[in-house]
Amino acid sequence: MRFLLVEDNQDLASATVDRLTMDGHVVDHASTLRAAEDFKATTDYDLIFLDIMLPDGDGRSFLSTHRLADDPTPVIVTTARSEVSDRVGILDLGADDYVTKPFDFSELEARCRAVLRRRGGAARNVKMLGDIEFDPLSGTLRLGEKQIKLRNRELRLFEVFANAPDQIFPKSKLLDRLFSYGDEVSENAIEVYVGRLRRHLQGSSVEIQTVRGVGYMLSVR
Amino acid sequence: MNSAINIQGSIRRRLLLTLLGGALVLAIILFLVFRSLSTQLAEESQDNILRASATAILDSASVNQGELDLDLPYSAFSMLSNVTNDSVYYAVHANGEFLTGYDDLPIDTAPAQPAPWFLTTQYRGDAIRLVSMSRVLSIGDNPVRLIVAVAQTQGGQSEVMARVLRIAALVGAGVFLLVVILAILSARTAISPLTRLAASVERRGPKELRPVAAPVPVEMAPLVTSLNSFMERLNTSLTRTEEFIADAAHRLRTPLAIVRTRAEATLLRVDKEENRAALKDMIRAIDESSRAAGQMLDHAMVTLRTDDLERTEFDLSQLIDDMVERMSPMAELRDISIETVLPEKLALSGDPVLFQSALRNILDNALKFSPVEGTITVEAISENGYAEVQIRDNGKGFPEGDVERLKGRYTRGDNAAGIVGSGLGLTIATDVAQAHGGSLAFPVREGEGACVVFSVPLS
Repeated sequence: MRFLLVEDNQDLASATVDRLTMDGHVVDHASTLRAAEDFKATTDYDLIFLDIMLPDGDGRSFLSTHRLADDPTPVIVTTARSEVSDRVGILDLGADDYVTKPFDFSELEARCRAVLRRRGGAARNVKMLGDIEFDPLSGTLRLGEKQIKLRNRELRLFEVFANAPDQIFPKSKLLDRLFSYGDEVSENAIEVYVGRLRRHLQGSSVEIQTVRGVGYMLSVR
Repeated sequence: MNSAINIQGSIRRRLLLTLLGGALVLAIILFLVFRSLSTQLAEESQDNILRASATAILDSASVNQGELDLDLPYSAFSMLSNVTNDSVYYAVHANGEFLTGYDDLPIDTAPAQPAPWFLTTQYRGDAIRLVSMSRVLSIGDNPVRLIVAVAQTQGGQSEVMARVLRIAALVGAGVFLLVVILAILSARTAISPLTRLAASVERRGPKELRPVAAPVPVEMAPLVTSLNSFMERLNTSLTRTEEFIADAAHRLRTPLAIVRTRAEATLLRVDKEENRAALKDMIRAIDESSRAAGQMLDHAMVTLRTDDLERTEFDLSQLIDDMVERMSPMAELRDISIETVLPEKLALSGDPVLFQSALRNILDNALKFSPVEGTITVEAISENGYAEVQIRDNGKGFPEGDVERLKGRYTRGDNAAGIVGSGLGLTIATDVAQAHGGSLAFPVREGEGACVVFSVPLS
């Protein structure tokens, strides 16, 4: 997906761009509201991440003009403030959602998905893998007539594989994608979800292979 | 609020005392002036009569064939006696020789005096007023000096004086009474702008720090000016504190976000297991501190808002709906589904921001402690004058004996190990419920997971 990140802190911006790029997204970074307007004028984005305190103005004014211009691009505000009433105000101004810094990228991803789903996300996000049609937004796999609704963890796991077919993922890295860092889980937990995905993929040209002693990878026959 | 005020004296009392003291002095002066004037007047009129009487006696003296002829006229005495029953004394002397009347009555013995001689003295046990006058007659070639003294006791005079004094006292007292009434009225009028100002400040809401705009008299201008500047300073400092907290949060959270994002990205890159463990510890510590900071700020905000509760009408069903929608991505991450059972509308009066904070904390707890792929039910009902929100899950429930302790500050259940939290969540929820006259309960449901009941009175 293509994101516009409006954030004045260079370190945070480059870390965020780096992290989102690892998930296969394309991210443009604007440090000021002016730069953000320029980016917005030339490119279509799936989503905008907007910081509130910016050197050349308040992100809230950007939000109001954005909504007044009838721009359908959803906005998720990234705020460092945590006063509840402040957050409520952000939503009233037309933000689709907000995350409080520091944010968990799986939470950010979940919020993006929810926002895009609510807004009837674009069809171009549908991905073909062999004879399978994968819609990461709704979390569905379509195989001919059969349509499977993935649970969230199955979806996130499948997305990791689908973004990089033929790449081997160690169990430990897959665990980090699926569970929060506080959860005490054993590496075997991943087998449960791989098992489920395999059941869903039965009869298709896509399979998840076990690379003994290393991990798993997705391959298309 | 006024427990610490050091009250000393009263403007109204001081004003009253000053006015009444003035009135008293005025009344006494009035009384004295009145009395001395009337005494003087009464004395003058008696003197006039006495002089007329003496003159009449002197005039009646004549020389007939070389003899002094004195025929005391009746009118000379009747003019004295017809007013009161005072005793009248007289004496007539010619060339120092007693002729008639009372020989021990004092007379004017000084040589030829044109003006009458007045005297107030004691005579035969009574106070008398006496006049003595003289006239020179010629008998043959010899001048004869005729001296007359007429006196009257002062009984009638003192009776008149007593009456005059009574009237003077009455007038004094009347004036005093009138001034008292005027003083009370004017003290009240003088104080009334103060009373009005106090009432208008008293009526203000907890967050109302606008300057006083109502007109005030010039004497109160310095007070109101400093009151206004004080409120402005208070307002500035409150705003500054709020901005400071927001700014502090910003300054703390942004670097935390940088570290966390870097750590997460690095975690996806490194393979060595001990490096990965270290990075995960780092991320956990960051989450712990940012969550603690967030909840402490939330708790401070809740304390601030519950201290000065500002109630508005809101729909609890709508609030819960919005909140659940907001939390559902978090639930999705753990494949937990949130079900709501809500009435069409549940009107409530309270601080919606506080309700949001309380319910979000309870739901947040439920999300953290519920098993993966479980179900959380949020149900709101209105019953027996209470609005009740039940948040249930199908997890392992609260550990036994922990239930009431969980409401305390920074306490966590025994099952909370390994789950990020600060222990303030249920404290916040309890504080909010209590501020609205309600409570937080943890009904034990045998083998059925945890249940938290947040209930507040409808009105």
